Amino acid sequence: MSELDLTPVWISLRLAGVTTIILLVLATPLAWWLAHTRSRLRPLVESTVALPLVLPPTVLGFYFLLALGPHGWIGGPWQSVTGSVLSFTFTGLVIASLFYSLPFVVQPLQNTFESMDGRHLEAAWCLRATPFDAFVTIAVPMAARSYVTAAVLGFAHTLGEFGVVLMVGGSIPGKTKVLSIAIYERVENLDYTTAHYLSGGLLVFSFAVLLLVYTLNRRGETPGLRP
Amino acid sequence: MNPSASDAPLHTADQDSVQQMTARFHLDFPGFALRAELHTPAAGVIAVVGPSGCGKTTLLRCMAGLERGGQGFFQMGDTVWRDDMHGIFQPLHQRGIGYVFQEPHLFLHMSVRANLRYGLKRTPPSQRRVPWDQVVAMLGIGELLERRPHGLSGGEAQRVAIARALLAAPRLLLMDEPLAALDIGRKQGIVPFILRLSRELGIPMVYVSHAVDEVLQVADTLVIMDKGAVVAAGVFGDVCSRPELAGYMGEEIGGVLEGRVQRHDVEYDLTLVRVDEQRLFVPRQAAAVGERLRIHIHSRDITLATAPPDGNTSALNVLRARVEGIYESGHPHAVLVKLDAGGPLLAKITRKSLDTLGLQPGQQIYAYIKTVMLGQGFSANNR
Repeated sequence: MSELDLTPVWISLRLAGVTTIILLVLATPLAWWLAHTRSRLRPLVESTVALPLVLPPTVLGFYFLLALGPHGWIGGPWQSVTGSVLSFTFTGLVIASLFYSLPFVVQPLQNTFESMDGRHLEAAWCLRATPFDAFVTIAVPMAARSYVTAAVLGFAHTLGEFGVVLMVGGSIPGKTKVLSIAIYERVENLDYTTAHYLSGGLLVFSFAVLLLVYTLNRRGETPGLRP
Repeated sequence: MNPSASDAPLHTADQDSVQQMTARFHLDFPGFALRAELHTPAAGVIAVVGPSGCGKTTLLRCMAGLERGGQGFFQMGDTVWRDDMHGIFQPLHQRGIGYVFQEPHLFLHMSVRANLRYGLKRTPPSQRRVPWDQVVAMLGIGELLERRPHGLSGGEAQRVAIARALLAAPRLLLMDEPLAALDIGRKQGIVPFILRLSRELGIPMVYVSHAVDEVLQVADTLVIMDKGAVVAAGVFGDVCSRPELAGYMGEEIGGVLEGRVQRHDVEYDLTLVRVDEQRLFVPRQAAAVGERLRIHIHSRDITLATAPPDGNTSALNVLRARVEGIYESGHPHAVLVKLDAGGPLLAKITRKSLDTLGLQPGQQIYAYIKTVMLGQGFSANNR
């Protein structure tokens, strides 16, 4: 057995953390818009958001590989602005993950916003709160449970990402080699012991987080806070 | 007699300086159309009464700006909140219009104190003219401040909601049946408070209710709505004694007289109230001498006589009155007689009595008052 290298674990956690935080910020206005818009664009946007649920990750990964490249429609502009390449970098991984995990964060929030009693917001408006103010101080806290669900699902889904990072990341040790790739490589090298440690660790960690969230969710149940 | 300024009825006080409110809303829903037009002094309590489904709540929502559809115009004093002709629609949060809904709609993730502070914090310091201590004390919610809303009873939550709206120092307060969810005992506690609040804080209030009864002690202006339209609007006592509107009053309201407490009679446990030049005994009130009191008399509790009492009657209260007119009551055996007794009154008597007495408009008669009411639940036999 080779020395147990925990760097991939750290990269995975960092990738999932950064992705989740950015997603929560991006998904909030998107989910609110989807919940309330009467625009004809809505089905188009909803389908786009849901694409990662049905597409094989390799398909997503393939297109991101092209898009993030120096001549791609994301990588090109990025390079001309920042002077650095996106392909096979941590930043590139984050961008791909944002799209890959988007539905897991948007959908719980959208469901809650759709079923939320709008009269609390009306009350806030009549107390001199601007619509944005009322949204941040009333709607978001009322959706607190859904935010927890969305964060956990987004985090867990990014943590378990394989196909996309395989295509986009390039498995560069210390940079883009995440946990799932490391496990795959250990197995390919018949280093089952390390694979066991890494896989078992991820299994226990994921289960513990889910257990904690579901327990807290049940305890935090208060009448009226449920969507 | 030469009435001093303090004897003037509430609604005419400072009439020149009272700002006017004009509301015009045309709004169509499937199966319902609002065609409300209202012009009234924006002072004191403006009660909007009508059967359920008549558009009272929709009217309030239009006033607040929660309904944007249709055609609308809404102005109070110099402030134009909405004028579709000139493309004016001031956003809700800039209007400074408070709204107390039928349900409290407290923010459940905040303490009671944070709920109260929500509007206060967002009110510019120069406009914070509603004293926290006074509101908290008047509504009796001092004990609740650190509690969470979901632990409160319906009455407690609604009092917090009223306080929350007030502390944002609204220029106009809209109340949509705020007492609907409360029991009678609690209503009695809140109604006098609403009256004081409107007077002391000088916040005009539009108060929606399905029953005239509920607004009896508080309303200065009465607006009757039916089928999406304003049927009548005017000084409370005038509107509720208009014979053609008797149907909206549930036939209960005979009239409202406004007077001032002249003295208390400790021996007989009575309070003497002066109405114009006349005097009325009512069950002893907690009100101070000189304080205004509104006395409500049911039309069926008025007995008419052409002769003055000769001392052989148990009736405490006999008012000199002039017959203003005689109207159909909707029942073949009864008629409504409109009187002026220092205020308009509507008496309900039988057609036979009418003929026996030979009543004619302009005639001076005597109205024996059997029972007086002092707002919700304050009735007492006064024979």
